[in-house]
This record gives sequence, C-alpha cells and structure tokens, in this order.
Amino acid sequence: MAAIEFDGVSKRFGQVTVLEDLRLTIEEGEFFTFVGPSGCGKSTTLSLIAGLERPTSGRIRFDGEPVDHLAPRDRDVAMVFQSYALYPHMSVAENIGFPLKLRGAAPREIDDAVAEVARRLGIETLLARRPRELSGGQRQRVALGRALVRRPRVFLLDEPLSNLDARLRLEMRAELKRLHGEYGITTVYVTHDQEEAMALSDRVAVLNAGRVEQCGPPLELYHAPANTFVAGFVGSPPMNFLDARLVPDLELPRDVALDEVIVGVRPTDVRVTEASDDPRALDARVLLAEPTGDDVWVVGLLEGERIVGRALPSAVPVPGGIARFAFARERLHLFDRASGRRIA
Amino acid sequence: MRRAATYLGVLVVAAYCLAPLAWQLVTSVRTPAELTTLPPLLPTRITIEHYAAVFTGHPFPRMLLNSFVVAGGATAIALAFGAAAAFALTKMRARGFGAILALVLATSMFPPISIVSPLYLLINALGLRDTLAALILTYAGFTLPLAIWVLTSFLRELPDELYSAARVDGCTPRQALVRVILPLAAPGLVATGLLVFIFAWNEFLFALTFTATERSRTVPVGIALFPGLHEVPWGEIAAASLLVTVPVFVLVLRFQRRIVEGLTAGAVKG
Repeated sequence: MAAIEFDGVSKRFGQVTVLEDLRLTIEEGEFFTFVGPSGCGKSTTLSLIAGLERPTSGRIRFDGEPVDHLAPRDRDVAMVFQSYALYPHMSVAENIGFPLKLRGAAPREIDDAVAEVARRLGIETLLARRPRELSGGQRQRVALGRALVRRPRVFLLDEPLSNLDARLRLEMRAELKRLHGEYGITTVYVTHDQEEAMALSDRVAVLNAGRVEQCGPPLELYHAPANTFVAGFVGSPPMNFLDARLVPDLELPRDVALDEVIVGVRPTDVRVTEASDDPRALDARVLLAEPTGDDVWVVGLLEGERIVGRALPSAVPVPGGIARFAFARERLHLFDRASGRRIA
Repeated sequence: MRRAATYLGVLVVAAYCLAPLAWQLVTSVRTPAELTTLPPLLPTRITIEHYAAVFTGHPFPRMLLNSFVVAGGATAIALAFGAAAAFALTKMRARGFGAILALVLATSMFPPISIVSPLYLLINALGLRDTLAALILTYAGFTLPLAIWVLTSFLRELPDELYSAARVDGCTPRQALVRVILPLAAPGLVATGLLVFIFAWNEFLFALTFTATERSRTVPVGIALFPGLHEVPWGEIAAASLLVTVPVFVLVLRFQRRIVEGLTAGAVKG
C-alpha cells in the first residue's frame, strides 16, 4: 500500500499536451477515481503511475519516494486493462501466476497463491482453461486475479467495466468495492462513467482536457460543483443550465449582475406539472417524456434552451403542450457566465 | 460451370509450375541411352543408377549437411535479429519508425550481382573465405529486411496492452518479448523462417563465389559442378535436384497451416 503524490506532473506527446501540471495526493488505502470524457488524460495518468509513460515534467512519489526512474516492474503496481490483456497462450492459472513466476516464486507458493485468489474471485473451476474459452465477466475476474495475486502496493484499473453488459457491470462494480474493502490496497480507477465513479470512490477527480476541474468526495462534487463542467458531468440526467434572466426572484450576491450569471438546477430538483400553483414556475413547451419507472423525465424547451425535469408517472404532460417547471430557489447553483466558476 | 472453370485454372497453373519438376523426375530415372531423347516422354525402363551415382560419385551428403547448417544458421540469425528489431519498432516505440523501415527496405534493393565483389573482398579480409560462416552471415544479412518487414507487420497486430500488461506484471522488455510476444507471434515466425530457409537453401551466386572446396560447398553449387570435362551427367543432375527439394517440400507440408496463418495474419480479426 502506498500514497501517491503528483507534484506538478505534465505530459506532452509532441505538440499535444495531455496532462497539465497535475497536483494531488492519493491517500494510502484510498479508492480514488479519475473521471472525465475521452481524451481528458485519465488513462495517461494511470500509465504514468504504472511507469508505462514518463512525465514530461514534474514528479510522482510513492510514500514520499520519487519513482520516476523506476521501470514498471520495480514499482510494485498491478493493473487491469480495458481489454483485460490476458495472455492468450497461457491457461487461467498460468495467467494469474505469471507475476509471481517472474519474481522467482517457488512453484508450490505460486499454486497456493493462485488457488487462494481464484477462490476469492469464484473462478476455481476455470483454472485449466484458456482465456478465449471464457466469457467477458470471467475474463474480467481473471484479470483481477492476476493483479491481486501479488498484493501490490498500488492497484490500477483502466475502464475495467466498459466491456461488460449493463447487468454484469453492476455486479462487478459491487465486487470491486468488496475486493477493495477486503484487500485495502490503494486503488486508482479510471472511467468515463460518472455513475461508476460516484458509486465506488472515496474521492473523485474530474479531468477535462488535461486539467483537474475538481477533486473531492463524490457528494461534494454533486452538491457543490466547482464549475459548469463538473456540474454538467456529474449527475444523471445532467444539470440544466439556464440564463439567469429567465428565472424570476433570483437572489444574487452583491456586485454580481444578472446577465453575468448562469443558473444550474438538477433535473431531480425540477418538478414538472401541467398546472402548478407555484407562481415562480416557468412555462415551457414539452418536447418529449422518458419514463424510467418511478419517474418520468420531461424535456422542455424554454426560450430556445432545453430544460429537463421530473414528473409523476400519473401526471405526465403531453408532448407538444405547455407544462410548468418549478424548482426551489435553495436548490439552485449559480455560475459565472464568462469563467464557468461557481458563485454560490 | 464456374467451379469447373476454377478447377481448370488451377490445373493450368499447376501444370505450368510442375512441368519442369516432372521432366526432372522422368530424366532422373531414365537409362543413359534414353537420356537425350525428345520429347521427354515416359521412360521404357526405370533405373535408380543416377540416384546411386549422386551418392557414390560426389560428396553429396557433405553438401547436404553444409546446406542444412547454412540455411539453418541463417534462419536462426535472421529470426533472432528480425524479431528483436520488429519488437523494438512496434512495441518499444522506437523513434523514426517509418524512416527505419524504409531504410531497411532500401538495403534490400541492391541486386546481388552488384555487391558480390565488394562482399567477396570483405569476406576475404575477414578470413572467412570458404567457410560456412561466410554464407550464414551473408544470407542472414540478405534476408533480414524481409524478416523485419514480415515480423513488424505481424507484431503490429498484437495489442499494445499485452506488452503493457507484461511490463506491469514484472517483465523486462526482453522477458516480455520471449515469454509473451514471441509465443503469440509463432505463426509469423514460422512463415518468416521458412521464407529465409528456402532463400538460403536455394541461393547460388554467393555460394559459388565464397566457396572453394567441398568443405563449404552447398548443394546448388555442388550440382552445378557435376558436369565433367567431356560430358554433362543429366541424369545425376536431375536426381540431385529432386533430392534437394525434398527437405523444403517436407518443411512446407509440415508447416502449411502455420504459413497460411502467418501470411494472412491481421487480414481478418481473430
């Protein structure tokens, strides 16, 4: 187990800057997630920790010790890849035992460790098979086993669930959380799926175009997004952004003009009805309604901007008609129009 | 109808390719009296005297051994260096990937006849004239561009994440090559190895130039030296020519499936 410190780490490939001046510390034993759209630099961050890439500038430290000069094999990190990257010419047992074999462990020792990890992952019966004979979920478990078998200091996961179907993804998500609790290894997770990030992590860093937009516990990101990017990225469906001039009775901090403000409100906080007695509710034309079971998401068009809100399944506004979108003033997020930064 | 046309086409091509071989076969079992009759129709009597003469009148086993050592040695060297170079180019992200490949290809553009003289001087200066080493080094050098190109295109198809996984799991680059990459590249290695082996097995010009005695003579040169002062022993030449194709024939049969795999690798996603 190790704490990982990024000290002003930048990474450029030729002219392209993939990561810009990353400064943060991942605590020992933490489940830490980098989340962001594709191309934001999150996978590069993992490669830098693993030593597969070298930073262009800045330093990475494990427990205060610089590791930049160390090859991947000397860092004692393990990684699960998006494609799992199992060795096709080896059996499951050989795949899992490979890291131990390379470290010169005795055959007996390897067998015991492989059996132990296979038992924990529920793949004891698959040990003699080849990777191509396994289903996606089983391959995933083998990849996890290969990473966990040597109890690394740092456990890296690069989009490990993205190749699984929706149901299996939920199952493996729970499994990952359980394994982290069981092994307690510092885990760095990379995903583009904010929901995964929220569900799994102790802390999340939202990356955009090589920069950290915000770093904190999931709920902090959700309740107090630092800017419009984080606000729009975290939470599903994504937050509505409205011109402040459309929202009546808006209380602004002093020195802030109305036309400098963007108002954010989460769809869950917007109640849609056909007739509301809230005098501050906004009228919008209904574009479509998406039932999800308990709720119906209603998409409306307000002065050329989309607004999404929640309606009861028993009272769904008809598309094409006008509905009332109401929200409490204390649920609003205010952002500066020019910089996107949070005001209140 | 279309199927019939296909078979007819195959038949024509096969006949075109195999006719010289058939002629050789017929020649090799004819009695000396019938040897020069044209057209080369079926012999009236079958004899094995030419085959016997190949082994009794000439140092044929020695030549075969030389050929095996030379072709085997060249193949081993070309594969070892070719695989290492292809690995560095594709997986270790060597700089100037395209330029290096182009340069490698450029070196194989020289026709052998244009460099045989300077090479001869070089071999002589190194004291390697009339040694098997001279041929092994020359053939390995000549086939290395081919080996690098075929293996590069082959290794490029292997996912980079496999190499990353191997490194994180604890491999040095060399261990990753030997334990992970090469086993997966086996079809490519077999195909490349066979091409190199066949080139070295059949090569004539350098073998003729760099060898002087039967100590280092390979089969193609040996056969070319069969003709004596007063006669050309067509029967023996035919018999020996057929005999030297046998090893190549066996190798190709043995690895046929692998070669097809190797040559078509990456064409269709596995």
